[in-house]
Amino acid sequence: MSQRPLLEIRNLRVRVNGQEILKGITLAVYPGEVHSIMGPNGSGKSTLAQVLAGREVYEIVEGEVLYDGEDLLPMPPEERARRGIFLAFQYPVEIPGVSNLYFLKAAVNTLRKQRGLPELDAMEFLALVREKAKLVELDENLLQRAVNDGFSGGEKKRNEIFQMTLLEPRLAILDETDSGLDIDALRVVAQGINALRHPDRAIVLITHYQRLLNYVTPDVVHVLYDGRIVKSGGKELALELEEKGYGWIAEEIIGSPRS
Amino acid sequence: MATPTNIIEELVNREYRYGFVTPVEEEVFPPGLNEDIIRMISAKKNEPEWLLEWRLRAYRHWAKLVEEGAEPRWANVTYPPIDYQAIRYYAAPKRRPRSLDEVDPEIRRTYERLGIPLEEQERLAGVAVDAVFDSVSVATTFRQKLAELGIIFCSFSEAVQEHPELVRRWLGSVVPYTDNFFAALNSAVFSDGSFVYVPKGVRCPMELSTYFRINASQTGQFERTLIIADEGSYVSYLEGCTAPMRDENQLHAAVVELIALDNATIKYSTVQNWYPGDRQGRGGIYNFVTKRGKCLGRNSKISWTQVEVGSAITWKYPSCILIGDNSVGEFYSVAVTNHRQQADTGTKMIHIGKNTRSTIISKGISAGYGQNTYRGMVKILKGATGARNYSQCDSLLLGDKCGAHTFPYIEVHEPTAQLEHEATTSKISEEQLFYCRQRGLSAEDAISMIVNGFCKEVLRELPMEFAVEAQKLLGISLEGSIG
Repeated sequence: MSQRPLLEIRNLRVRVNGQEILKGITLAVYPGEVHSIMGPNGSGKSTLAQVLAGREVYEIVEGEVLYDGEDLLPMPPEERARRGIFLAFQYPVEIPGVSNLYFLKAAVNTLRKQRGLPELDAMEFLALVREKAKLVELDENLLQRAVNDGFSGGEKKRNEIFQMTLLEPRLAILDETDSGLDIDALRVVAQGINALRHPDRAIVLITHYQRLLNYVTPDVVHVLYDGRIVKSGGKELALELEEKGYGWIAEEIIGSPRS
Repeated sequence: MATPTNIIEELVNREYRYGFVTPVEEEVFPPGLNEDIIRMISAKKNEPEWLLEWRLRAYRHWAKLVEEGAEPRWANVTYPPIDYQAIRYYAAPKRRPRSLDEVDPEIRRTYERLGIPLEEQERLAGVAVDAVFDSVSVATTFRQKLAELGIIFCSFSEAVQEHPELVRRWLGSVVPYTDNFFAALNSAVFSDGSFVYVPKGVRCPMELSTYFRINASQTGQFERTLIIADEGSYVSYLEGCTAPMRDENQLHAAVVELIALDNATIKYSTVQNWYPGDRQGRGGIYNFVTKRGKCLGRNSKISWTQVEVGSAITWKYPSCILIGDNSVGEFYSVAVTNHRQQADTGTKMIHIGKNTRSTIISKGISAGYGQNTYRGMVKILKGATGARNYSQCDSLLLGDKCGAHTFPYIEVHEPTAQLEHEATTSKISEEQLFYCRQRGLSAEDAISMIVNGFCKEVLRELPMEFAVEAQKLLGISLEGSIG
């Protein structure tokens, strides 16, 4: 691969409330790739996702992150979003009173403006929305409702994927989008992700289980453990984890099994 | 990197845009209040004897209240005692126009800067404007066109001269001078305001509006508005208010009276943007206003919509007395308090007639150190069979130094009445902002979107042009505020 990475993380150390959560992450994601980051609860997966999206409660202790060759960390979250970084939230927040449609139109047009494209009017936007909603089998009634307000867990996740397909990011980070989904919803989410796969685009799937990987085949699988990437491999690594659990990794690093 | 708290602060700290002073020669009375001042005001306006007598009775009542220390203190606001002898009760531009063309160019420019054109052929052609500058009305547009339909729309002073029988019949019939401290003061010293009469069966074809501007310093503004909608008529009326930025507090104590006869509808909308004072709470307008409507006739309807973003202190309860059977009262309110602003606002719905209905939708937004109080009363009298009320009071907090308070009073003497009351308090969270920003929206746009979503039910009650204006105003007045 002669291209430069779309995302390059070098020795990233991050603290929150005085406690170090990420203890030196190094990772390169190239355009066209799908990476899966797996790990047990509390290993730092969500922290990594939030730091990449620009959440401000985290303290960067050391390291750097390059996005498309540029220093990412000083950019405010909206700047990162406008440059094509999308985070599918693990817990999408509710915004009462603001319709999903209105919210998305504002977001899509902000991004289009950034990309030098004309803003979509209401009719054009509605046509686009209908097309994408079909792709992720999103109930059109959800579009008229307030953002995530009263949505079920599955509807929220589906709405995240729907937003992702609308916003067409260059780097999509999905934070446990698969958790809590029934098998049909999982299939739909996978469908959305696969539709987005593109040689110019990279996808980072943060997940706890490997079942999503039955539908989306990753190029690289990383194991995040106690704030460090302790192992990387191909898709077979995910299967191994599924079979043996994370205790096996602990044993390998620390040298003794955890009870 | 900007923290969310900083962003809310920046948003809240945007400057007041209407703080300029117009260099115009004004005639002002010396500060202080006594019977001579009231006689001077009345003489200035060439008023009939009965009106002077009414003013003097109001003054004596007020003076008695002052003596008894009866200035109201029950509102959830704090301010140092007002020195009523330090206020000027009359200020008016020296050059008084006899027609629209003669309006002082400086004053014309003032209204242009405020976005209120005094030319009749202007963009806002669907709106007739009465422009009140300090104590007097300086221009009223579209009078001729309205007169053709029998609609009277003029300054209060002109109404006293030209339609004394109407003024005498209705003045004080909804808000008597004995009603409260500030109503008594207003009745004694009111200098001008707007007057509207819509005759039987006439639907007023355009929005009527009054634009109030305080310009002179150390001056109080005491306007009086009287609107009468005769049987089967309809009128939609708007008011807007701004004032220069000054370190002193200025008193605005207005009285508005509405009367709706059988099958008549009055829609009254306010976008109040008096100078709110600076970040430390210096200066700003004390907005102590009494607004009340009487649904006298059967099937009559009075609907209040207010967007209150200005003033250092707001004390205001636009109310409806539902006398006619099947009459309807509505109150839609957005009140914003930022920095050190305080608002104690709400409504009273008094159900007297049968099958009377009322709706109260109140949205309070607090940011900075702002304190926002909803105070509302729903009273169902015996005999108001089948009366119904629905109240909804929602509060939105931006940051953790502001406050929201709700005081609903409910008094029911009629067993067939049905009342519902809902209340919520929420906060714009850091998570919500981050979510919006992650989708590419700036924090300002995100806050404005959330706030406008919060106020949607009220904003949609405003006439179109004003809804757009109000939305922008909300964004501006909260610029600089999160947490």
